[in-house]
Amino acid sequence: MEASAATFPANVIKALADSQLQYAMTETGPRFQTKRSVARDALPEFDALRDQSRDIKNHVLDHLDIYLERYEAKVQASGGHVHWAATAEEARAQILEICRKANARVVTKGKSMISEEIDLNHHLEANGIQPVETDLGEYLIQIRNERPSHIIAPAVHLTRDQVEADFRKAHTHLDPNRDLTEIPALVEEARTVLRQKYFEADAGVTGANFLIAETGTSIIVTNEGNGDLTQTLPKVHIVIASIEKIVPTLEDAATILRVLARSATGQDFSNYTTLSTGPRRDGDPDGPEEYHVVILDNGRSNVLGTEFQDMLRCIRCGACLNHCPVYNAVGGHAYGWVYPGPIGSVVTPALVGIENAKHLPNASTFCGRCEEVCPMRIPLPKMLRHWREKEFERHLQPASIRWGLRFWAFAAKRPKLYQFGTRIAARVLANMGHGKGRLRNVPLASGWTKYRDFPAPQGKTFQQMWKERAK
Amino acid sequence: MPEARPRVGLFVTCLVDMMRPSIGFAAVKLLEDAGCRVEVPDTQTCCGQPAYNSGDKADAVTLARNIIAAFRGFDYVVAPSGSCAGMIVKHYPELFAEGTADHAAAVELGHRTYELVSFLTRVMKVQKVDAQFAARATYHDSCSGLRELGISAEPRQLLASVEGVSLREMTDSNVCCGFGGTFCVKYPDISDKMLEKKLKHIADTGADTLIAGDLGCLMNMAGKLKREGSAIKVRHVAEVLAGDMATPSIGEAE
Repeated sequence: MEASAATFPANVIKALADSQLQYAMTETGPRFQTKRSVARDALPEFDALRDQSRDIKNHVLDHLDIYLERYEAKVQASGGHVHWAATAEEARAQILEICRKANARVVTKGKSMISEEIDLNHHLEANGIQPVETDLGEYLIQIRNERPSHIIAPAVHLTRDQVEADFRKAHTHLDPNRDLTEIPALVEEARTVLRQKYFEADAGVTGANFLIAETGTSIIVTNEGNGDLTQTLPKVHIVIASIEKIVPTLEDAATILRVLARSATGQDFSNYTTLSTGPRRDGDPDGPEEYHVVILDNGRSNVLGTEFQDMLRCIRCGACLNHCPVYNAVGGHAYGWVYPGPIGSVVTPALVGIENAKHLPNASTFCGRCEEVCPMRIPLPKMLRHWREKEFERHLQPASIRWGLRFWAFAAKRPKLYQFGTRIAARVLANMGHGKGRLRNVPLASGWTKYRDFPAPQGKTFQQMWKERAK
Repeated sequence: MPEARPRVGLFVTCLVDMMRPSIGFAAVKLLEDAGCRVEVPDTQTCCGQPAYNSGDKADAVTLARNIIAAFRGFDYVVAPSGSCAGMIVKHYPELFAEGTADHAAAVELGHRTYELVSFLTRVMKVQKVDAQFAARATYHDSCSGLRELGISAEPRQLLASVEGVSLREMTDSNVCCGFGGTFCVKYPDISDKMLEKKLKHIADTGADTLIAGDLGCLMNMAGKLKREGSAIKVRHVAEVLAGDMATPSIGEAE
């Protein structure tokens, strides 16, 4: 799937006209917001935990090399293998190689945004291996051949009716008379199909919410338990994670876990928090024979030490999406790549290049709700503004906007000229209002008047009137 | 208590200056009623936020220097806008390298700068205003004032003291109206969707008057209300607190 962040305006038009999407989005944002708010209010130390979590990740990012090496040594000591992938291509090749060595034909998968980032499923399919997503939301978008529209709720853009239709299309064994009108029936159908796949799978791929440097452990949090079956049943377990998922200790992970689920779904804790360290040892009741960790950079190390470093604190909880009025208006697919919402508008330019994502940093009113709710206190509006600065330096904004800004700034830097200009503009626009107090059309302002009237100025500027009053 | 009759520089803001001077005069009245001496430096233009938010840091720096110079020496600087005051208080220091004279001047100006309503309540300790205004009103929290300056209770407290005003809360009063400066003309379709949700919440209250503290947001909301033929009147909080019912509401002629 190609990135379509460059066609953001067209994606937006499509999203706003999509009645199913709009219906699905109506309830989602408010529901997530309420749940987070209740969870936060129930925990007096919530903001203190946010500070601690931020400090932990800042420390890690300042010493990333040390912790990654320590982690690698611990994984190896526990009998696992670490693979370093500089690019998405390298990561795909490494995973394919591991699967081939295991003669894998079916690979089950836990939910992983990194897998989406490297577009792993299509690569496996192209090489004759069947990937099966086991997270319900991921499974739904897999059978629809879509990207996730939300970081933690990948199929949030779908309605129940669409899911039923998709199941009837993809599950050809389904009796047309079977009643699938209730959600539990849909879940049961997915469970029946997926359960069989767990037993067929030769390898299981999971993401990681944390990699623990002191123990070589990877941690996943899930609500469906699908991750556990994915990583314990097949003979090979492959963890795919990006470099910034590392934390020094289990204690550190425990601290961040206290803000993760609360920020994401409003749960105190996710249903399953699963730790895995190396392959099955003698005496273990279950577990894989081989344990691999593929650690992806894919442009992240370029961000270290820059004004964008704070974005690497992100723990992918999705709170900024849930509270973003822009995300809630257009949904995740409009953003055109893997990561939507405010964090997506910050991360995507870093990973695919600002020239390929130039709309995203501009698609924000800087209302600040994202920063307000971010458990890792990432200054998202500030990061977006930094991207706008990069765009300004490289003349990536539309010519009309650039020239408008130059014209305005030229005047605003010259108070006398500015006052002269505003006096004329105020009078002309007031006259154009024809005594109605508003204008239906304003030259060069079609963006405004497409949906709104333009309130007419009162006729004189304040400065003008203030001077008249003083006389 | 503040010193007797502090000298206040009114930062009119570029939007109020050109579009709606009545807000500026309402601010002057409120400040004078609270015991301030008000002056209006005529070299002020714009705080520079449009440039800053468009990535044009160089012009933002030039405009910030102009404002810093224009308001040197005042006890306080007050703006009838959370957005413009937020630009000065929160963002001017980010424009200059720490340790420079510019940075020190920006920080110092930030310490003296307030949004109008929060200045009245926090600095001048105004508890209520002596005004009449007939309105079943609902108040929208503009984002910058709310999240950059923590203004939320203050306007509600003063509005409740206006004789004739009854306040009713809208759902999601703290959610953006879709203005966002140049955002609303760059992405009019998204902006309109956000605005549509906002107007529904406003209508659901049954209010006949919409009040907020930032003219940009007000023009955005009034623009769509009037396009749709709504009778809801749109007012800046300063106009209501000053009891200015004579001036036509935003987007209307009488």
